[in-house]
Amino acid sequence: MTVTAPDQTPVAGIPEASATRLVDRIFRMRELAILLVFLVMIGITQAGNSEFLSEQGIKDLLLNATILVLVATGQSLVVITRNVDLSVGSTLGISAFAAGTYLQGGGGSFVAVVLAVLTGVGFGFLNGLLVSLGQVPALVVTLGTLYVIRGIDSIWVGSRQITAADLPGGFVDFGSGGLWAVPWLALIALAVLAATAYYLKHFGGGRELYALGSNPEAARLAGIPVRKRILAAYTFCGALAGLAGALYLARFGNVDSGTGNGYELTVVSAVVVGGVVFTGGSGSVYGAALGALLLTSVNSVLPALGVSSVWVLAINGLLLILAIAVDRIVALRVANALKKRNARHG
Amino acid sequence: MTHPSDTGTAPVLALRDVSKSFGAVRALRDVSLELFPGEVHALAGENGAGKSTLIKTLAGVHRPDAGQVLLDGAPVVFHGPGDARDAGLAVIYQEPTLFPDLSIAENISMGRQPRRALGRIDHRATRDATADLMRRLGVALDPDRPARGLSIADQQIVEIAKALSFDARVLIMDEPTAALTGSEVARLFGVVRTLREEGAAVLFVSHRLEEIFRVCTRVTTLRDGARISSEPLAGMTEDDLVRRMVGRDLDELYPKQEARAGEVALSVRRLTREGVFTDVSFEVRRGEIVALAGLVGAGRTEVARAVFGVDRRDAGTVEVDGRPLANGAPSTAMAAGLALVPEDRRAQGLVMGMSIERNIGLTGLRSTVRAGFMDRGAERSRSLDWAVRLQVKYARIADAVSTLSGGNQQKVVLAKWLATGPKVLIVDEPTRGIDVGTKAEVHRLLGELAAGGVAVLMISSDLPEVLGMADRVLVMHEGRLTAEIARTDATEETVMAAATGRAAA
Repeated sequence: MTVTAPDQTPVAGIPEASATRLVDRIFRMRELAILLVFLVMIGITQAGNSEFLSEQGIKDLLLNATILVLVATGQSLVVITRNVDLSVGSTLGISAFAAGTYLQGGGGSFVAVVLAVLTGVGFGFLNGLLVSLGQVPALVVTLGTLYVIRGIDSIWVGSRQITAADLPGGFVDFGSGGLWAVPWLALIALAVLAATAYYLKHFGGGRELYALGSNPEAARLAGIPVRKRILAAYTFCGALAGLAGALYLARFGNVDSGTGNGYELTVVSAVVVGGVVFTGGSGSVYGAALGALLLTSVNSVLPALGVSSVWVLAINGLLLILAIAVDRIVALRVANALKKRNARHG
Repeated sequence: MTHPSDTGTAPVLALRDVSKSFGAVRALRDVSLELFPGEVHALAGENGAGKSTLIKTLAGVHRPDAGQVLLDGAPVVFHGPGDARDAGLAVIYQEPTLFPDLSIAENISMGRQPRRALGRIDHRATRDATADLMRRLGVALDPDRPARGLSIADQQIVEIAKALSFDARVLIMDEPTAALTGSEVARLFGVVRTLREEGAAVLFVSHRLEEIFRVCTRVTTLRDGARISSEPLAGMTEDDLVRRMVGRDLDELYPKQEARAGEVALSVRRLTREGVFTDVSFEVRRGEIVALAGLVGAGRTEVARAVFGVDRRDAGTVEVDGRPLANGAPSTAMAAGLALVPEDRRAQGLVMGMSIERNIGLTGLRSTVRAGFMDRGAERSRSLDWAVRLQVKYARIADAVSTLSGGNQQKVVLAKWLATGPKVLIVDEPTRGIDVGTKAEVHRLLGELAAGGVAVLMISSDLPEVLGMADRVLVMHEGRLTAEIARTDATEETVMAAATGRAAA
C-alpha cells in the first residue's frame, strides 16, 4: 500500500524448511523413481530367468549402457542450457572411424582415443559456435550438422569397414575386459559421470548452465557469459560423443559409415526419461545416466523373458511418455504446494 | 567504503550527453545525469520518457549511440551487465529477473558465489549470506526454496536482496516498491538510508510521488527522452514535479463521477477456495465502482480469478444478473458479460509479440468470424475503434504490443476487454507501474464506464486510488473479507486497519 503501515509483520527467523525439503525430496525422488523402476524390472526378470544376473549378464547390462551413459551425460549439459545437440550420433560415428583408421595404420591406443575425443571436440565446438553466435534454434542447427557430419563421414568412409581383426588385440581386450563383472569401459563412463556431476554442482560454470537454461534473459542481466557457456556445453557434449566413439570401437570392433545412425533420438530419450527437463534449467546427469541404463536394459530384459525384441522400441517410447507425464504431474503438485504455502504466510 | 557525503565531491557515476535510438524511436536525447556518493537521486518521468533505457545504459545492457558513461570522472565502456556489476553497480529491474529452477540463495549469489579451495562454490556460506540478507530485510524466505512460484512481492524482495548482497557503490532501483506492502517498503527505505549513509549513490525510480519525496534528495526529470531538469527536491511540491513530468497541468487524478447504483450485477456468495480464501461474499451494482483493498497476498487476485472461472472454486456461487455461472468456465463468464483485466499484463493480459490490432481482437474472435473464417477487416475496425477511444499512443496498429510503453500496454488490455461490452468489469491493479498522465486517463475511463451502467470491481494496492475512485471499499485480510466501508467512511486509517487485521472497521 502507499501508506506506510507500522511494522507489524512478525519478523520470523528462517522457517519453513520442512516445505522446502518436501520440494527438494520430490526432485530427488525423480532419480530414485527411475532407479526403482530399474530394480523392479531387473528383479522380475531375474525371478523369471535365474541366468539373467550371472557375471556375464551383469557385464552385458553395464556394457550396453556405457556408451549411451557417456553421450547422455554430454547431452544433459546441452539440454540444461535449453538447447539440444542432434548431431551426437554422427559425431560418434565419425570419431569411431577416425580412431579406427589410426589404429589400423598401426597407431597407439591412447593416441587413438585422444584423436576420437578431439574429433568430437571439433564438431561440438562448431555446433556451439553456430548456436551461440547464429541465434538460430539449436534443433535446426544441429539437425543440419547431423547431416553434414554424416555426409562427410560417408564420403570419407565410403564402403570401407573396420573390423576387430584390424585393431590391436590389446585395444579389443580392453573393450571386453574389466574388474570382475564391471567392464573397464563402464568404469570410465562412471568416472566421467561423477566428475561432470561434481562440476555441475560445485563450480560456478556449472551452476551458470542451469541459470541460463532457467531464464536466459536474467542470465544475461546477471552478467553470465551466455555464449561462452553454451559454447562450452556443446564442446563438452562433442568431446563425450567422441570418447563414446572410441569406446564403441573398443567394444564392438566394428565401424562403418552407418555407425551411430539415429543414435541421437535414443540419447535424447534417455536424457528426458532421466528427468532432465527439455525446456532447460533442471535435471541432473545422474538422472540422465539412470535413464540410459533403464532404456538399454529393456533390450536385455525382453529376450531374457522370452519376449520378442520387436517390443523394445514401443516400450522405450512408452517409458518416454510416462516420464514426461510424471514430470508434468509432479510439477503441478509442487506448484500447488508452493502456492498454498504462500497463501498461508502471505 | 566511506565517501564524503557532501555533494561537492565528484560524481561516482555520470552520463554525459548520451543518446540512444531503437530503430526510428529516439529513446534518449543528449541526456546528462550525475550521481553523487551519499545521495538518493530520483528519476522521474512518464512511461516512455526513457527512464528504463537510461537505467539500462548505466547498467551496461545498452551501449550509448553517442555520449559517454563516466565512472569516477573517467569515461568507461561497459561491455555487458557483468562489467557494470564488477564496477560496483547493483540494479533492481522493474520486472523481476529470477531463475525459477534455482534456489533463492543461488539466485542471489549467481556469478559471485563465495568460493572454497580449487574454486568450488561454498554452498554453506552462500546460504548463510542469504539468510542474513533476509533477516536484514525482515522477511521469512527460506534460502533453499526454489524461486519458482514466489509471489511478485517475494520476487521483488529477492531482487532487492540480490542488489544488497554486494557492497554496491551505486544502487539503481526501477520501481522497486510496485508490489511491496507498506512494512516491506519501510524496511527497504531503511536499507536505502543505511546505504546512503555508507556513501553509496542511489538512483530511484517510482511512480509513487510521495515515495520520491520521502527518500530522495534530488530529482532528474525526463520527458520524451530528454532531460527537463535536475534539481534538489527540497522546496518542490508534488504538483511542481508532475508539471515537469507531463509538461502541463494535470487533469484531476481522481475524476470520480457521482454514480447512481442500479440493480445487482455481480453477486458472490460464500466463495471459498481451500487454502487461498474463505467465505467471501459481496455484491457489485450497476454503475458502482467497488474497490477490493488489502495487502499483497491477502487473496484479492485469487478471488477475482475464481469469480471469473480461471481457477475453480471449492464452494460458493457466482451470479451475473441473477444467473449463476458454472464453476471454472471463463468462456461462459465472458458470455454472461464478465471481463477480467489481469494484474500481470505482460504474462496474462497480452500476447507481447502480436500486434495491437490482434491483441484487442482476441476477445472478439467469435463475433468477427464469418462462415468460419476470420474477418480481418472487421477485426481491424473493431480494434482501431477501441484503440482510438482509449487514446493508445502507437505508430501503427499492426505494431507488436511489446513496442508500447507500460501505460499504453495497459490501455490495450483494457481495450481488449472493453470491446466485449462487459456488464461487469473486474480490474486488477489497473494502474500499477503506469505514469500519472495515463493513470488519470484510466481513472476517467473507469468513471465513465460506471456512469454508463457497468459494474466495476477494482482491485488496488494504491490507497489514494481506492479512496479516490471507489463508491464502496471491501477489504481483505489473509483470505477473508474483513470490512465493507462506505465511501464516506473510507479513510487511509480505516482501510489500513482492516487490511492489517488490527480491527474490523
